[in-house]
Amino acid sequence: MSNQEDQATEVESKETQGPAGPVTLFFIIGFALSLVVGWGIFPKLLYSQKHQPVEFSHMLHNDEVGDGCESCHYFREDGSFAGIPTLESCMECHEEALGESEAEEHFIQNYVLPEREIPWLVYSKQPPCVYFSHAAHVLKGGMDCKTCHGDIGESDQLKVYEENRITGYSRDIWGKNMIGLKKNTWDRMKMDDCAECHMKENVRQGSVQTLKGGCFVCHK
Amino acid sequence: MKIDRRCFLSLVIGGAAGTALTPLPWKLTDDSSIWSQNWPWTPVVAKGENFYAPSACTLCPGGCGISVRMTDERSVKIEGQAGHPVNDGGVCTLGLSGLQLLYGPNRVTQPMKRIGKRGNGQWQPISWDVALSELAEKLNQIRSDNGPQALGCVLEKPYGTVPELFKRFMTAYGSPNVMTTPSLQDSLDLTLKVMHGTDAHMVGYDLENADFIISFGSGLIEGWGSPVRTFRANSGWKDNGAQIVQVEARLSNTAAKADQWVAANPGTEAALAMGMIHVLINDKLYHNDFVENYASGFGGWQTLVQEDYTPEKVAAITGVSADVIQRLAKKFAAASHPLAVCGRGQGDEPLALSEAMAVHALNALTGNLNQPGGVWAVPKPDYIEWPEVELDAAAESGLSTARIDGAGSDPYELSASLLNQLAEAEEAQGLKALLICGANPFYTMAAAGKFQEQINKIPYLVSFSSYMDETAMQADIILPNHVYLERYEDVPVAAGLTRPIIGLARPVVEPLFNTMHTGDVLIRLAQEMGDNLATALPWEDYETCLQETLADKWDTLDEEGVWVDEEFEVSTWEEAFATASGKFEFGNTTLDVSPGYSALAPEGDRGSFPLTLIPFDSMRLANNAIASPPFVMKSVEDTVLKGNFGLIEINPQTAKELNLSEGSVAQLSTPRGKVQVKVHYFDGIKPGVVAMPKGLGHRTQDRFTAGKGVNIRELMGPVVDQASGLDAAWGVRAKLTKA
Repeated sequence: MSNQEDQATEVESKETQGPAGPVTLFFIIGFALSLVVGWGIFPKLLYSQKHQPVEFSHMLHNDEVGDGCESCHYFREDGSFAGIPTLESCMECHEEALGESEAEEHFIQNYVLPEREIPWLVYSKQPPCVYFSHAAHVLKGGMDCKTCHGDIGESDQLKVYEENRITGYSRDIWGKNMIGLKKNTWDRMKMDDCAECHMKENVRQGSVQTLKGGCFVCHK
Repeated sequence: MKIDRRCFLSLVIGGAAGTALTPLPWKLTDDSSIWSQNWPWTPVVAKGENFYAPSACTLCPGGCGISVRMTDERSVKIEGQAGHPVNDGGVCTLGLSGLQLLYGPNRVTQPMKRIGKRGNGQWQPISWDVALSELAEKLNQIRSDNGPQALGCVLEKPYGTVPELFKRFMTAYGSPNVMTTPSLQDSLDLTLKVMHGTDAHMVGYDLENADFIISFGSGLIEGWGSPVRTFRANSGWKDNGAQIVQVEARLSNTAAKADQWVAANPGTEAALAMGMIHVLINDKLYHNDFVENYASGFGGWQTLVQEDYTPEKVAAITGVSADVIQRLAKKFAAASHPLAVCGRGQGDEPLALSEAMAVHALNALTGNLNQPGGVWAVPKPDYIEWPEVELDAAAESGLSTARIDGAGSDPYELSASLLNQLAEAEEAQGLKALLICGANPFYTMAAAGKFQEQINKIPYLVSFSSYMDETAMQADIILPNHVYLERYEDVPVAAGLTRPIIGLARPVVEPLFNTMHTGDVLIRLAQEMGDNLATALPWEDYETCLQETLADKWDTLDEEGVWVDEEFEVSTWEEAFATASGKFEFGNTTLDVSPGYSALAPEGDRGSFPLTLIPFDSMRLANNAIASPPFVMKSVEDTVLKGNFGLIEINPQTAKELNLSEGSVAQLSTPRGKVQVKVHYFDGIKPGVVAMPKGLGHRTQDRFTAGKGVNIRELMGPVVDQASGLDAAWGVRAKLTKA
């Protein structure tokens, strides 16, 4: 009699305890899997790896020109920034091949001769909602190109352009680090990064009410 | 182990918990927001080279220079041109919104021929070749069947190469019937003809140097004269302590900003001017030297003034006390640079000749003619010198007929153009075709509906409009011109400036549609019609004509966009007057008119129509050939337009007598029609007087302006000034009842 009762209780207790095992296990499995996906697989899937249309060496060209970055990335007379040089600038020297590299040959054949602008993939391209003035930061603020753009000038080749499949913009905007941790000022280029420097430098912003940045200054 | 629903759920929950601790959800949220900005219909700033292209604005006679900001081939903003002699960087809301006219949906995109009934809006697109050959054939046919005088032409303004090409075409064709949209300029031109004896001058005002300005109803900050120039002069007056007196029946913006508002009864401004003259004469406060040595006819005229315009009599007419009149006159005479200006509102309607003369006489008596801060006689644009037109027999015969609008014939010998008479003239039935360029008479003329009805009797109407405006809608054929930003054209300024200035409208974009420069249309038409017409317009194309005509001015114009006659010096009193007496005339025997007050009663009898309705002008409501673009419409106050209802300003006292509450719907009737309006209490208007703005009530297909408010010009009938033949109606009698 008691044996049956004991068995029943045991079975009961086993029944009440029973599902807890696999449930916890599945929770842990789900948890672990999502961590792997979120931290490992997601970044790989999110970005496509693209190559620049022409293999260009900043270091090589930096040695050849006199004014450093400004030789090709200059301010026009009216204060607007020229940005990435047009084919015209390149052709000032490269009407014909200057060296013997394959990259240059490819460049001459596909862009110089047919007079086609090179469709560069721009690492620092911001969405159209952003208004940025180079003149305000470089000419007035006296900032160095490196602070925001990193040491591109020292690079021998243009790094792979990691394009966000959803937005079309470069990984360099959010930053390589998926949770937005950065070591150098040029690791990220989101609004908070601009704001960080503006706060640090105590830049006089547009809003009389908050004494902080007025939205309209950058989002006209 | 049992794998069941609970396991599955816990897997999912574990997954969710884990996901929240990865960057995935945060990154995806940020990315989705950027993704939504990439949707194709989201407006994005155009990328391209940014630069400024200079041009001239032609949306009103002001003649401002503009600078159009471009991004590659797209115009993105209009700004005033810094350093320009007319506006120096300033621009008005209408000029600013010009791009909406360029890129807007109201454009006529190619030549069109009417099919179906007139006004039904059924059009057949045709090619330019077909359009020109059809028009040529039609005009040739009219010339042989009815005689060249059966062709008429309506232009917005008389100056410039395009109007001159029209006049030349009409001369070679053999018709004298070139009419222009009436305006204050007509009255002022006549005033100079009569009092200075010159046909070659127009009135200019040295606003910037005046220090006591009395404005007889002129909307100084409502768009009078060259609007931006007047605004800047007004700012200068505030800075320099000049005194501004506004004489007006309602508290306009100008009146509100003036130093003194004199609320004279509507239409009696000339009487007030005469009252002031009476005081000047009585108290011998006038400029003795001028009157003694440079004026004629003063003696006889002053007797008239002494009798008819005593301050007491004038007080009875104007409702302004004799005391105020005395003080005004004395202050005016005592100022070092007094200036009186006239022309109600923006100056779109003519004044009775006697009124324009009265204000001119007031200026003359203070000796401010051709003096700093005064009224000037400035040469009319005279830079277009083409060889005489060779006339054939038909042309000679046609040109010898009397003008169809009666201008130049008894009793209106001195008037140049009387478009308002066209609708009245029975001979108007004799016109077989009418060319209309730059003007929109079916909207702007008094009793616009009736005017349209009469003109519609002309069997063939040709429009050159770039927009489907009220007049184009009634046309038989439309030959659309380029919009001003798509074409070259000289812009001579006739808006009260103190020296001859010619601007240059330049194309800042390639023509967007299949339009053609009206100058080119005329040249090609003439070539097609052949004979002496082809000889008269021999240029290869309009641009060649423009450059050759402007000759040595072209280089300056092309480089700087404006030519100023730097050498112009206003005539001294010795040389200024070309009358028979060689002096300034205080009266004119030819027309039997002298400076004074002609009580031009508005249409309607007091019994049936107890109120007086007056129009007013606003910078926000374009009321000439152009309708306000959306940007400007958005700025119209809701005390002027609410939904689709136009609001009528009424004094609260009068409103209460009529049992009309604020905001209620009422029926406004005049002898010309009835319409529904909403009531707006306004303390700034005299009891018994009501007011509505011009520029509303369009009947086009433009969804931004059509059907909104009321076209007050439809409700106002013309009142002919006997001396000039011009329509000098300043208001109409009206009735307002609960709807």
